[in-house]
Amino acid sequence: MNPKRKQRLFIILGLVSGLGVAVGLVMYALSQNINLFFTPTQIAKGDAPVAQMIRVGGMVADGTVDRDPQSLRVAFDVTDFDHNVHVTYEGILPDLFREGQGVVVQGRISGDQFFASEVLAKHDENYMPPEVTEALRQSGKLDQIMGVETK
Amino acid sequence: MIPEIGHFALVLSFAVSICSATFPLYGYFTRQQGFLATAKPLALLQGFALTVSFGVLIYGFLAHDFTIKYVAANSNLDLPWYFRMSAVWGAHEGSLLLWVLILSLWGVAVALFSREIPVHMSALVLAVMGIIGAGFLAFMLFTSNPFVRILPFAPPNGADLNPLLQDPGLIFHPPMLYMGYVGLSVAFAFAIASLISGELNSMWARWSRPWTTVAWAFLTLGIALGSWWAYYELGWGGWWFWDPVENASLIPWLVATALMHSLAVTEKRGLFRSWTLLLAIAAFSLSLLGTFLVRSGVLTSVHAFANDPERGVFILGFLVVVIGGSLALYAVRASKVSESGEFGWISRESFLLFNNLILTVMAVSVLLGTLYPLLVDAVGGGKVSVGAPFFNAVFVPLTAILVSGMAFGPLSKWREADDPRLYRPLIVTMIVSVVIGLAWPTTLGGEYSIATAFGVTIALWLAIATAVDFVNKTRSFGGVGRTFARVERGMFGMWFAHLGVAIIIFGIVMVENHTEHRDLRMGVGDRQQLGSYEVRMTELSVLRGPNYVADQATFEIYWGDRLYKTVSPQKRRYNASGMVMTEASIDPGFTRDLYIAMGEPLDGGDWAVRLSVKPFVDWIWAGAFLMGLGGFISVTDKRYRQRAVEKQTDSCVEGAKA
Repeated sequence: MNPKRKQRLFIILGLVSGLGVAVGLVMYALSQNINLFFTPTQIAKGDAPVAQMIRVGGMVADGTVDRDPQSLRVAFDVTDFDHNVHVTYEGILPDLFREGQGVVVQGRISGDQFFASEVLAKHDENYMPPEVTEALRQSGKLDQIMGVETK
Repeated sequence: MIPEIGHFALVLSFAVSICSATFPLYGYFTRQQGFLATAKPLALLQGFALTVSFGVLIYGFLAHDFTIKYVAANSNLDLPWYFRMSAVWGAHEGSLLLWVLILSLWGVAVALFSREIPVHMSALVLAVMGIIGAGFLAFMLFTSNPFVRILPFAPPNGADLNPLLQDPGLIFHPPMLYMGYVGLSVAFAFAIASLISGELNSMWARWSRPWTTVAWAFLTLGIALGSWWAYYELGWGGWWFWDPVENASLIPWLVATALMHSLAVTEKRGLFRSWTLLLAIAAFSLSLLGTFLVRSGVLTSVHAFANDPERGVFILGFLVVVIGGSLALYAVRASKVSESGEFGWISRESFLLFNNLILTVMAVSVLLGTLYPLLVDAVGGGKVSVGAPFFNAVFVPLTAILVSGMAFGPLSKWREADDPRLYRPLIVTMIVSVVIGLAWPTTLGGEYSIATAFGVTIALWLAIATAVDFVNKTRSFGGVGRTFARVERGMFGMWFAHLGVAIIIFGIVMVENHTEHRDLRMGVGDRQQLGSYEVRMTELSVLRGPNYVADQATFEIYWGDRLYKTVSPQKRRYNASGMVMTEASIDPGFTRDLYIAMGEPLDGGDWAVRLSVKPFVDWIWAGAFLMGLGGFISVTDKRYRQRAVEKQTDSCVEGAKA
């Protein structure tokens, strides 16, 4: 083999193996860092893993937001109108967090509670996170909610 | 009447774009100069028509013409005039109009500044840009026309611009970003034009290099502005969230960065030709993909506008045509590219190859992480999300590897394996940066942070190596002034940009590892320690703005016993939409920002308050600004102003030498 071809071969082999290793590592990092999404109904049925970081989406149930008078601790229920998940969170809630508004919470299940490390409510009132839409569709309550919203 | 002029100009520009997509191609294949010559006048006409159209939409906003549906949906009588200007690109239809306007302006620039490029080449470039323009204009006219009217019963007042966008940052962020996104279409068009004509020598690299660099510089500034806006307006003090839309701009940026470096090799040495072509295609395709992700709303993001699926399908179809078409052309033609020349194992070519490899891996990983939720959903795997830990885990080590190469690269020489003595200055650089890097965390107090030591070492290593290269080269050219004036502006561009990277890394390392951050409950009279400052809440008041009502808290910041500053963050409720927005108070500084924001009202008149000290956070944007500046400096290099004839000859000479 002439030296030019040899060099090219080495470069290509280097690139391919480098890319292979990189893709492998990326896939590994990915598998460690994805957050699965569950609906309140799935959690009530016990389908969701305990103590693993997951996401839950739904509406903040009316009349359930309860603030601790001393600290920034807050508790509320996330509902898909079939089942509720009781969520505890400590910190500042997003500006659009409100009863009756769609939210996605990220955190872990422990016992019968959900400890949220992050609460996401989107910055456009008419925008519904796809996860929430999905949760409501699964519980068959989507049309009902949309009907209410357009009134 | 006036909106009809805008609408007419938009239809006209669609017709013009169809002509400019077809005439030059027809002229090229039938060898008729007359058709080729239409390319430039058509580009100018296109620019004119879209400027008129855009001007009319601006006028509609300024004049409160609520008969225009888009104005009615995104403006309000109470909205100040400067936000009415930026509201033009504050939502879907208008931002698309801005997109095509910028595309047409790039076309005008190509038409005006391509005198030294052969006529058939510039005509083909403009034809490719015409095809892209025609696609987007069809999209606008059929699905997202900004001039749709509400007649005869126009609303008396508009619904208001999303309060999140009522911010000076938004006036500049989208135009800058789009200049970058769309500017990549020029490099793409050059690549496609040379694939069509089969002239796959390194000339196209020389022609498209300055365009790519300018687009890259705009993209850099656009991303930085977006990050800055997120920092003070919506992010609760974060500066990057790995939000899908941020990723959608970062991916083309990474590929464009690789493209800039690979173009250098192709231009100077005639190597990596087919790879460079592929990168040029990829960079623009990814910015189209970014547009699709943002506009179709398939991803959960703050940028996702309320949307309809028809639009997503249209863009997806367009995406398939453009990317599929260009890749097919590439597959047919690229085999004709002959690679010539060799290079040593340790040479500038190797380092640039290394740079391309790392940047490509970075781009692919970000792309993978961004699209993974879509892929999983598509195969029925349920809803998943990929969070910041993934991106950090991948990005941080790759950046470290990339930066270590950035120190060697500029010192290396083209072609041959280098004399190891070239790299001797790096030994001292290494020792100095490791020593300072290891010592740095001890000056910060608190627990020793290995991450900080490592990050600061990397940043210093790059900064010092860049400085060493600067001193060496300017000395050999006879001083800084002489180098700048007569020798190589491109070098200055590189030094600025690489130094910018070092500064960004330093800023990121400091802010990520040493931010002091507390969420607290505070009432009037409460005092809290914040770093070496004491913060006292002195007053709560209600304030009436032009289109909002705000709760305002006044804080006095004391340094020791001395009153350092009084700040007043607000919580605004916008009248028209009822939306609540947080206006944080930021006291910017060279070594730290003080960040105070109001969370939410609590029982008993107290407020949840966020207090943070963010060390060196502004260095992130300062570094990005330096990078952008570097890009603009390097295109003023005088070799881009040389006449075509000279270029022809010296590329022959170079070819012979190779």
